[in-house]
Amino acid sequence: MFPSQFDYYRPSSIAEAVGLLGANPDAKILAGGHSLLPAMKLRLAAPGALVDLGRIQELRGIRVNGGVTLGAMTTYEEIQDSAEVRQRVPMLAEAAGTVGDPQVRARGTLGGSLAHSDPAADLTAVFLALGGEVAAVGSGGERTISADDLFVDLLTTSLQPDEVITQIRFPVNGGTAMAYEKQEHPASGYAIVGVAAVLQLGDGNVCQSARLAVTGCTSKATRLSSAEAALVGQPLNDERIMQAAQGAAEGLEINGDLYASEEYRRHLVTVMTRRVLQRALSTGTN
Amino acid sequence: MSATLDAPRKLVGQPLKRREDPRLITGAAGFLDDVKLPGMTHAGVLRSTVGHARIRSIDKSRATAMPGVIAVYTGQDFLDLNPLPCAWQAGKVQNNVNTPRVLAVDEVHHVGDPVAVVVAETPYQAADAVEAMAVDYEELPVVVDAKRATEEGAPQLHENAPNNVVLQWTCGKDASEVDAALAASPVRLDQHIVNQRLIPTPMETRGAIGRYDPGTGDYTLWATSQAPHVMRLLITAFVMGIPENKLRVIAPDVGGGFGAKIFLYYDMPLTLALSKKLGGRPVKFVEDRSENYLSTTHGRDHVTDVQIGATEDGHITALKVKTYANLGGYLSTIAPGIPTTLYGRMVAGCYKIPNIHVDVTGVYTNTSMVDAYRGAGRPEAAYLIERVCDLVADATGVDPADVRRRNFIQPDDFPFDTGIGMLPYDSGDYEPALNRALEIVGYEDLKQEQARRRVGGENRLIGFGLSSYVEVCGVAPSKWIGLPGEGWGAGLWESANVRVHLTGKVVVTTGTLPHGQGHETSFAQLVADELGVPYEDIEIRHSDTQGTPFGFGTYGSRSASVGGTAIFKSVAKVREKAKKLAAHMLEAAEEDIVWENGRAYVKGSPDAAKTIGEIALQASVAYDLPEGMEPYLDETTYYDPPNCTFPFGTHVCVVEVDQDTGQVELNRYVAVDDVGNVINPLIVDGQIHGGIAQGLAQALYEGAVYSDDGELITGTMNDYAIPKATMVPIYELERTVTPSPTNPMGVKGAGEAGTIASTPAVANAVIDAVSHLGIRHLDMPLTPEKLWRAMRMAQA
Repeated sequence: MFPSQFDYYRPSSIAEAVGLLGANPDAKILAGGHSLLPAMKLRLAAPGALVDLGRIQELRGIRVNGGVTLGAMTTYEEIQDSAEVRQRVPMLAEAAGTVGDPQVRARGTLGGSLAHSDPAADLTAVFLALGGEVAAVGSGGERTISADDLFVDLLTTSLQPDEVITQIRFPVNGGTAMAYEKQEHPASGYAIVGVAAVLQLGDGNVCQSARLAVTGCTSKATRLSSAEAALVGQPLNDERIMQAAQGAAEGLEINGDLYASEEYRRHLVTVMTRRVLQRALSTGTN
Repeated sequence: MSATLDAPRKLVGQPLKRREDPRLITGAAGFLDDVKLPGMTHAGVLRSTVGHARIRSIDKSRATAMPGVIAVYTGQDFLDLNPLPCAWQAGKVQNNVNTPRVLAVDEVHHVGDPVAVVVAETPYQAADAVEAMAVDYEELPVVVDAKRATEEGAPQLHENAPNNVVLQWTCGKDASEVDAALAASPVRLDQHIVNQRLIPTPMETRGAIGRYDPGTGDYTLWATSQAPHVMRLLITAFVMGIPENKLRVIAPDVGGGFGAKIFLYYDMPLTLALSKKLGGRPVKFVEDRSENYLSTTHGRDHVTDVQIGATEDGHITALKVKTYANLGGYLSTIAPGIPTTLYGRMVAGCYKIPNIHVDVTGVYTNTSMVDAYRGAGRPEAAYLIERVCDLVADATGVDPADVRRRNFIQPDDFPFDTGIGMLPYDSGDYEPALNRALEIVGYEDLKQEQARRRVGGENRLIGFGLSSYVEVCGVAPSKWIGLPGEGWGAGLWESANVRVHLTGKVVVTTGTLPHGQGHETSFAQLVADELGVPYEDIEIRHSDTQGTPFGFGTYGSRSASVGGTAIFKSVAKVREKAKKLAAHMLEAAEEDIVWENGRAYVKGSPDAAKTIGEIALQASVAYDLPEGMEPYLDETTYYDPPNCTFPFGTHVCVVEVDQDTGQVELNRYVAVDDVGNVINPLIVDGQIHGGIAQGLAQALYEGAVYSDDGELITGTMNDYAIPKATMVPIYELERTVTPSPTNPMGVKGAGEAGTIASTPAVANAVIDAVSHLGIRHLDMPLTPEKLWRAMRMAQA
């Protein structure tokens, strides 16, 4: 478990980090390192340089400003423990608490997770269902990327090689119910199938909007658009939920492996969708 | 000496905290990778990436030229080293032996097979150079499944093993006799049972540091080993052909072994030979986790067909067992003994079964070597017979607890010979442990709750499983297990030296050694009681061939019952000598001396006592000793046990199965064990806890899987699921105590019991949860998908 040789940079500002990325085309950004370093130790990744964001103070912290804004280097543990997040975006705190183990949660970061776009990560689906956005800074300046535009494919995002995620922003709206459900791999803790749901509810539990996202079984976190369509405009009851869950996996390209086949994961999408909707409803709106 | 008139404080039986823990848990311990020697170099191993191939050529030119690289060698450079020995071949049958060389020559037989070694100044440079090497392989067909390997047309691994058969071994009655008994049985069942391959996964991986001293010609080896004396013997006499006294083997603190560190591995002679080639610079090799998974031994991997005969009331009348044991690409040090002596001869479990025939075929495949792993043969046997009990219960309608009760060996049957070549079970009383376990778990209430959920159509089903186990520990009488009998190529006695220094401090050396068991605490408790000296004054020394008498090491739950008895007997010898000397000092007859709490006095005069310290001083300065007495209190014992020991008990597991997902939740786990007398209950509880975790992990999580072309698919801890703290339930432990008559302390052994018992308890519970759907058996690991599919098929 010895990585290949690499150069190590520790910038103290975002601008410096962007400059280093521009100057070192085979550099990778080091955030919490809990995906990148194991890959390097297994020699599945051999970047020529690492740009460690760990000492950039402006990438830290949780701020409430209508919505909730998190610095990209906020750890899972900080999210899990944050009263602001728990109150305003409870699903985010809850899901952060299901990532890996305490050691992983103490180091792993939200920005790192989103930029890595692991197909079985938890917070990619949560971010997508919440309809968040990221602020990214690169040589071309700062831009905002919405959740729907961030994930492109397996381990691929719409970020440019010299772009650094600086902030992740989540909207906070009244009348919202949300939950995250997953079945995890017993070894890695990664999602076999995870479903995040965010529902905007009106009078009589009529669903005004629904954002559902799945992880673990697709090449990237993906919206469950058939299920969303089955919910919007409808009063949510058990029957409606069952109906939405039944069709949830429709149109999805689902992966299988030794531990869980494509067929089983397709089944789990239905089960997790039903459960997440039931739990979101029973938890009530904020 | 304080409070000499107080009643002796017995330490044996007290839950003392382990004296080694402060150093182990604060980072003050010294493991292999902590050993740093002047001038030390680092070895990296190039491994086969293919399952079966001829090596056409190895290109080491790039690697040789890389920074920090001192030397690169291939198998051709070590033809003067013999292949590693196979020290336990199955008794009284032909063994077609093929063992690995330190590096493969000409052919590789599994992914991970070592083919070349780089020595560099740093481990990073060694790893870079390994990556820069290229091997030209002529790939050969691969077979990974044991049964398939014996069939016609299968790829052949070794010339001397036609159809890849290592050994063909049977025990019990003749097959024809058992066939007749089966035919005469009113209830007949057949079951195919897979006991899947496991990866031991100790917290510390394996490794070795070899150092050659050009001045003296002496070698020193630091190795992650459970048996340093045995390693010394095998390396010198069998592999290197040098005198045994030219090698010293040291096992530093060892971070778990579970059997996988018993064996001789390539890196031990290799680092020694490399150090000599380098003129004496020490060479360190430490596996990374991927290497550990690929080339340290695996465990289990049996495929079995069992034919069962029973009566309508649940008496088991006949068992005919056919097992294919996958032993990997070569034979590891004691591999053939595991599926034969330790499995075949234990399949009767705790039951009186009049007709048993076991047929075992040991097989080569293009996979990592398989050898002893916690329990070693007994888990496979316990799993088989405990599944059989539940199958009989299911077929006859007799309660699973009653099937066990009706077949139990009874207390007055001991010593009991099961008739399949095992030593007689020493002692036992099986039913109280079963009854107590059922009482704790609330068996009748569970049955009602199970029925309620089934009738109510609830998603979460409940299931409960029993496992009444017996195992063989305290290996072993040399005459029985040795070459003329079971084929073990040595003895299995154990040694201990007890020395009382001038100041009354005691040093004990033992041929057993800890890799997590707490020897330093348990043995000190024993000595404190038997000699009557303060616990703090006793030092337990081990793990270094220099300064300890020859011993066979730690495995087979033998340290307490065999190693402990050697200590017990050495203490008794010291005490006898001390009494003689005390009689001399007190001018009394020896028969009038009372030994109490570390003091000797003349009967009726306890106030004029001599303490062990005073006696030791007198023995050491030797100014005034009885006629003919040698100075010093220093006694050694080589103890060969007259029998093994046979711990037993009943475990009960309660699970919930989520029908929607197939996910299993462990609700409760009750274990009532009988490990004989207990030296330290805290340590025994810890052993049982860890053992249960490892066993339940086989039932639910673990399974090493090879692809058809020989790749280990579960090659990282991201894929191979060992249990985490959050994946195990709170254990409810109790004990019954049936002392072993085999040794004077009455101990049986506790290191493997938890693992042996828990796998069938958990599997039986899960299968019970879904049995109302008509599901009779499922193979492990019982993953959510497997259960979901089984339930879906049963309901279709």
